[in-house]
Amino acid sequence: MHGSRFFRLSRTANFSTVCHTLMQAGKPCKRLDDSAIRMKNTPIVGTSVPRMEGRDKVTGHARYVDDMVLPGMLYGATVRSGIPRGKIKMFTFAPGIDWNEFVIVSPRDIPGKNCIALIEDDQPCLADGIVNHPEEPLLLLAHADRHLLPKAVEAVSVEYDPLPAIFTMEESEAQSQIIWGTDNIFKSYLIEKGDVDAVWQNADHIVEAEYTTGAQEQLYIENNGMIAAFDPQQGLTVWGSLQCPYYVHKALMKLFALPADRVRVVQMETGGAFGGKEEYPSMIAAHAALLAMKSGKPVKIIYDRMEDMTATTKRHPSRTRHRTAVSKDGRILAGEIDFTIDGGAYKTLSPVVLSRGAIHAGGSYYWPSIRIRAKAIATNTPPHGAFRGFGAPQSLFALERHMDRIAQVVGLSPVEVRRRNFLKPGQTTTTGQTVNEAIDLGKLLDRALELSDYHAKKEKFAKENQQGSHKKGMGIAAFLHGAGFTGSGERFLGSVVGVEACADGSLRILVSSTEFGQGTNTVLCQIAADALGLRYEDVGIAQPDTHEVPNSGPTVASRTVMVVGKLVQSAALGIRKTLTASGMLEESYSPEEFRAACRAYVAEHGKFRTFAQYEQPEDIVWDEEKYRGSAYAAFAWAVYVAEVTVDLTTYNVTVDDFVALQEIGKVLHPVLAKGQIIGGVAQGIGFALYEKVIWGQGRMQNGQMTNYIMPTSADLPPIRVYFEELGNVHGAFGAKGIGELPMDGPAPAIVNAIENALNVPFHSIPLLPEDIFAALSERAAPEALAPSARGDR
Amino acid sequence: MNASSEQRAKCEISFTVNEESETVHAYPMERLLDVLRHELGLTGTKEGCGEGECGSCSVLVDGLLVNSCLIPVLQASGAKIVTIEGLVSDGRMQFLQQSFLDCGGAQCGICTPGMILAAHHLLSKKPQPNLEEIREGLSGNLCRCTGYAQIIESVEKAARLGVAT
Repeated sequence: MHGSRFFRLSRTANFSTVCHTLMQAGKPCKRLDDSAIRMKNTPIVGTSVPRMEGRDKVTGHARYVDDMVLPGMLYGATVRSGIPRGKIKMFTFAPGIDWNEFVIVSPRDIPGKNCIALIEDDQPCLADGIVNHPEEPLLLLAHADRHLLPKAVEAVSVEYDPLPAIFTMEESEAQSQIIWGTDNIFKSYLIEKGDVDAVWQNADHIVEAEYTTGAQEQLYIENNGMIAAFDPQQGLTVWGSLQCPYYVHKALMKLFALPADRVRVVQMETGGAFGGKEEYPSMIAAHAALLAMKSGKPVKIIYDRMEDMTATTKRHPSRTRHRTAVSKDGRILAGEIDFTIDGGAYKTLSPVVLSRGAIHAGGSYYWPSIRIRAKAIATNTPPHGAFRGFGAPQSLFALERHMDRIAQVVGLSPVEVRRRNFLKPGQTTTTGQTVNEAIDLGKLLDRALELSDYHAKKEKFAKENQQGSHKKGMGIAAFLHGAGFTGSGERFLGSVVGVEACADGSLRILVSSTEFGQGTNTVLCQIAADALGLRYEDVGIAQPDTHEVPNSGPTVASRTVMVVGKLVQSAALGIRKTLTASGMLEESYSPEEFRAACRAYVAEHGKFRTFAQYEQPEDIVWDEEKYRGSAYAAFAWAVYVAEVTVDLTTYNVTVDDFVALQEIGKVLHPVLAKGQIIGGVAQGIGFALYEKVIWGQGRMQNGQMTNYIMPTSADLPPIRVYFEELGNVHGAFGAKGIGELPMDGPAPAIVNAIENALNVPFHSIPLLPEDIFAALSERAAPEALAPSARGDR
Repeated sequence: MNASSEQRAKCEISFTVNEESETVHAYPMERLLDVLRHELGLTGTKEGCGEGECGSCSVLVDGLLVNSCLIPVLQASGAKIVTIEGLVSDGRMQFLQQSFLDCGGAQCGICTPGMILAAHHLLSKKPQPNLEEIREGLSGNLCRCTGYAQIIESVEKAARLGVAT
């Protein structure tokens, strides 16, 4: 490629890290080597520029996959298993339907390997011979008239030899039925630090409890959908609603046995994802593509809401057991944490979700010794998958409830027990990672308490709660969230980012990182513009298309701004370096001069692109075998405070006020950052109080917005968002990841507040009015209580 | 059902969409949402749930804010329908669109056309709504991204801009 340059991300302190270091040292930050910056005194990073694709979204012009129609296009639908486990004996196609009009795809039509390639190839694209959950795809149908499809799907019946199925973690652990591998275990981890066993005998207190969290549906408002077209010469093209173009690309290559250049994946505008469009889109793309290949026509598959809710992934249900040794002054001495998640019928992403959940299980506290045993197990339900937070909201719910329990046992306040155990700079996390930033969690806590008026309110509520039917309480949660892939993940990804100078002199960012509401497009353009001293309008971003953009990794794990943003910065600087080296650009330039130089370069040399590839910084060392070392390049830190009212007539909980304070490095776009936090807190409130998946025979029974309840505008409190900005040497302009952080804290803060209001502990979410009613009824019946508890009354 | 019986099942239905007269050939029980999107190419109206819960498919029918996924197209016969595309030059709509851009009211954008139509409907009935009225007025429109705060802020700002002119 003529005019192309490949720049490696420097391991040494570059401009922004030098700048950051100076700021930390309390010296004025001078722009050191960047003559470009002199030309433009108004930085774009840190300001709330208009969302890049915002105008199209507010006018209804933005093009989502269901808005796209191709000539001659057919519509596809999926025949699913309906039973949790069994052997397929035969299919019957009911009379009364002209089956010749339908394209029908079975596993025999798969040219390559019948699997959805991800971590392991255990999940079939179409079940062949055996089914392992009730939403397993068996056959695919397509027809030009989409109205005829639902009836046709109904008219296919399947005869089975049923097999016994298992639905709970306990059944899976008991191994009465082996449904996956040799022991129903997808993956297990052991994290060990210090000599845990030595501590128990002499500990003043041993605090034990079990906590559980339920499945949660991502509930993006745009259902999943894909369009596929197949051309014998060119290969396969799919357009769809998705987070990770190269995940889909990888899966299709294997399924169709096609080389990379004959599979093309294009992301359309995507109407929300939250992790829910991380892995399952590969399945839908595969189905649309199989129908397209067989029919020779483009095929569109759009799920309706019920199919989307019942068949696609949800947050892993979890169970966490804590056993903690604590000194009489409230210091944690040792802990044993047993963290188990239900992965559903196939492995999919469960090992990675488990990993993040396990690493976050110790939270933002110092554990002199700890043993964390984590495992992901199999049940005959559809595979659970990625959802904002990725295991951390589960293990942090348990931990932050447990900290309140420890406080109670020791006789300290929830505030004090946290303060005494916070991680400090220089100390190590559960994996042995040294905290090497100047985070002061005690100060963060103090600020959150002040902003929420915690102490005064708590005192006032304690008095007021003695009468009346409305009980009020305050609850806190302190936590952290690691940004980027865990451990060596980023090194293995080796993400590549490109920046192209276009013929009109503007720049175009080339990444597979996708926009689905978070602001990827906008923030990456801000970064590139500031890296070169250009205006926001001088920079654009390419539509993610695997024929056009390099693999900058999946859009997950709060990694885009921090990891990909940094690479965008490097690749952008590469353009300038090439221009100055060629003599087309002076050291000092205006945005107009920069554009003119780009135009001249492209006119003379043709296509002009520079690339940057990730290299792991030397201070990030990870031992995958022992699960020790630097788990994440950076952590964001937070303290959240919830104020709740429990109405003892309806048992309804309302969140009256919510303070979300977090340290997230540099805030690159205040409006977008605030939007991420508020949106995450809202999902966290749903996770805690509203969103309950009802299971029956391994299938979600309430797969409708009518009976799976998410918060509306009338349900949510004022969510007050505050930032601290310490900076981060590994992120673009000092940024850290923030997308997932706000999902971690709301549930424990709210349940802690409910306990504060009612003096009744709750260990499971979602916590619905009927659960509170049941617990209070139980408490009211003295015979139901332990003798010691009765004696206390 | 073969092609000829399908033709017989369809019928001609006329109405006004965004001030244009339209006649469509559709199944009488087909959802207005599908007719707008598939027959007329008005894809600014989105499907979210298909059961009247989420409000993404909101349109105005004879001045009323309705979920177009719940309306059989036959029922819209003779009606005046307005979609997001039809309000492109409406002053109040422009304030709303600008405010949604400024305040972060749109994230993934899929609920946005319906949300903005609901807000437009609210402001046309009540140009200066208080916070509770906004929360209530938008409570039929679900958004999973924003937690609503920046949407509410957008509507408040649009109301202020409406007064200023």
